[in-house]
Amino acid sequence: MVKKTECLAMLLAGGQGSRLGILTKNIAKPAVPYGGKYRIIDFPLSNCINSGIETVGVLTQYQPLELNDYIGNGQPWDLDRSYGGVHVLSPYQQIKGTEWYKGTANAIYQNINFIDRYNPEYVAVLSGDHIYKMDYNKMLRFHKEKNAACTIAMLEVPWEEASRFGLMFVDDDGSITAFEEKPKNPKSNKASMGVYIFTWSKLRQYLIDDEADPESHNDFGHNVIPAMHNNGERMFAYKFDGYWKDVGTIDSLWEANLDLLNPKVDLDLSDDSWRIYSRNPVAPPHFTDKNAKVENSMIGEGCYIAGEVDYSILFSNVNIEEGATVKYSIIMPGTTVKKGAVVEYAIVAENAVIDEGAHVGESPEAIANLDDWGVTVIGEKVTIGKGAEVKAKEMIDTDIEGVK
Amino acid sequence: MYASNVLGIVYSNAYDEYLSELTSVRTMGSVPFAGRYRLIDFVLSNMVNSGIGKVGVSTKANYQSLMDHLGSGKPWDLSRKRDGLTFLPPFNTTYTDGYIGRLAALKGIIEYISKSDKDYVLLADCNVVCNLDYTRIIDGHIASGADITIAYKRGIAPKLHNTMSFELDGETITSVSVGEATENACNYSLNIIVLSRTLLLQLIREAAALGYKSFERDIIAAKAGALKIRGQKIDSYAKTIDSLQSYYDISMQLLSGEYRDLFAAEKPVYTKERDDMPAIYGVCSNASSSLVSDGCIIKGTVENSILSRGVYVAEGAVVKNSIIMQDCYISANAKVNCAILDKNVVIKPAREISGAETYPIYVGKNITV
Repeated sequence: MVKKTECLAMLLAGGQGSRLGILTKNIAKPAVPYGGKYRIIDFPLSNCINSGIETVGVLTQYQPLELNDYIGNGQPWDLDRSYGGVHVLSPYQQIKGTEWYKGTANAIYQNINFIDRYNPEYVAVLSGDHIYKMDYNKMLRFHKEKNAACTIAMLEVPWEEASRFGLMFVDDDGSITAFEEKPKNPKSNKASMGVYIFTWSKLRQYLIDDEADPESHNDFGHNVIPAMHNNGERMFAYKFDGYWKDVGTIDSLWEANLDLLNPKVDLDLSDDSWRIYSRNPVAPPHFTDKNAKVENSMIGEGCYIAGEVDYSILFSNVNIEEGATVKYSIIMPGTTVKKGAVVEYAIVAENAVIDEGAHVGESPEAIANLDDWGVTVIGEKVTIGKGAEVKAKEMIDTDIEGVK
Repeated sequence: MYASNVLGIVYSNAYDEYLSELTSVRTMGSVPFAGRYRLIDFVLSNMVNSGIGKVGVSTKANYQSLMDHLGSGKPWDLSRKRDGLTFLPPFNTTYTDGYIGRLAALKGIIEYISKSDKDYVLLADCNVVCNLDYTRIIDGHIASGADITIAYKRGIAPKLHNTMSFELDGETITSVSVGEATENACNYSLNIIVLSRTLLLQLIREAAALGYKSFERDIIAAKAGALKIRGQKIDSYAKTIDSLQSYYDISMQLLSGEYRDLFAAEKPVYTKERDDMPAIYGVCSNASSSLVSDGCIIKGTVENSILSRGVYVAEGAVVKNSIIMQDCYISANAKVNCAILDKNVVIKPAREISGAETYPIYVGKNITV
């Protein structure tokens, strides 16, 4: 008899995040940098360890190299354990052939053996691309109290945004009565956060049944959850009321970063009781030179700032030279903004160079039709030449020559 | 090239008494420096970056904070099955009477040294701040066939009671004087010493038998002719802390650009992780000519100062020419000038504390002003 694990987490981290464009050209979405030193996946991983979940399977598929490297043995999250800990689970070859993860449910199905090794009572299925701080243990207690087969974390979203989400209708006791997937005219504003807790014995059977159904897309939202619902399983919604953001698009990634600078937003990363752990850069404190001006910003280790930084997030080892201006922007590790260059309303990926006098991005006020405005994105290792201009909404992944 | 065959020995308590304010609750090795670091980080990182994989840290007293900082040695990649970091607390036998100097310390860890399988030993102190590739010293030592190699710098010698200064003929040290501080430039020791393990053991045993007290006087100075002692000149950044004033001055000089000499990208300095968030600046905040660590929240003004992790500078507060250690809280409209605030100091709203550049004010750990 193996040691029993109460709750194990399966983290879905295989998504490409195609709407993030060039930012996910070489990395999976959960590995996208966020908040000056973190990557998106630090949030669910830290939530796990802070909630006392010590066995985590990370399901990877798209561009896993950087993500695998980042997770490593799980030491930054205290997930390097002799029993349990973090395991990166990629699709593998089997007697019947090699199969990619066809859908979220299939990804878990293919790893039933992994889960069975730990013989858990409950399995949490998490998504690797949301920014939030949540105690899964409280949700597990709720799940047990309700004697549920499945508990879905639920967030009340503003009505005008409700049509972007999978919605639920919930009774007073928390039981889910109906689902609605991204409807045009929403009648509920209770959205699913993509955080599930299942009683493993139940889920295990539904996964096997789902796999046997050739019509199924093998997806949790489309197939497994409706199947459980139709069979009258006990399904409950667990209300969450903290900060939660899906960083699926360029604009939402940009916003979610700048949310950290807004004191009204309920996402405190300095909270000792719920630390977000990450692989820390090895760099000295950041240095602000004598003419530097820094306001309303988050600055990572190893940065050198001689210019002006306002309302921006600078990751580690970013150089802002004298006379350069950075506003309303996210600058990822190792990037240099040279003398007199301006970066505004932009996301600049790792190790890029914005040469002297270049101008990246435009403010919404500078554009006549607001529909034409959007955040500008510069890809990793791209050089924007001297004096070159990059307009709003553009996405640049090759070098741009300077203007004479 | 030979660094993997070298045992590193670090004296964490060396010269504690010269920095008595900061070392009343900790060792010299755990004195905070350059924001997020402790002095021992520089020695350990130098060793690891040079390829030394076995390090013993010798301690005498006040070593709780040091133990907490070093842990298993993981941040320096010294948590290993083979070699790695060994913490060497004082061994209370009759002949380790009080750890007066280097000799007593070495005598206390003779077991550890004699059990090592390395052929060479590198000794270093924590009060010397440098980012130095020790391989040059080690390889130079082995190539020259010298008995002992000591790294030295040319300049005004630090005012420590046993500072060695050298006369040299080429690389050979011909005479050694100990503790004779002058205001003239001389060749003074950085106390980075390389020698073979056999010779070190022989010297420790001899010293014990003959009752020697001082490594510097009774061994190095006395044997300067009999043994071939070699000097290795260091021209790069290396500063010796010999007082609170020099601790302050060396820190402030980092801000005039010297931090670039201390932190080179190819020679990273490792330290214990704290998983703080990046520093946050608020509305109307500013920091100029300053080193600011992660976890700081700055809503006021910071000028020409070093802020360690987790420092809070509230609205309207002004911090100038100061060293602020971990988790200090500077309340609204307070003013701090030319001060060294130890960990967890709280400055209440609108209070002012001010020292002078030549006499910085020190505020002890956990004090509320």
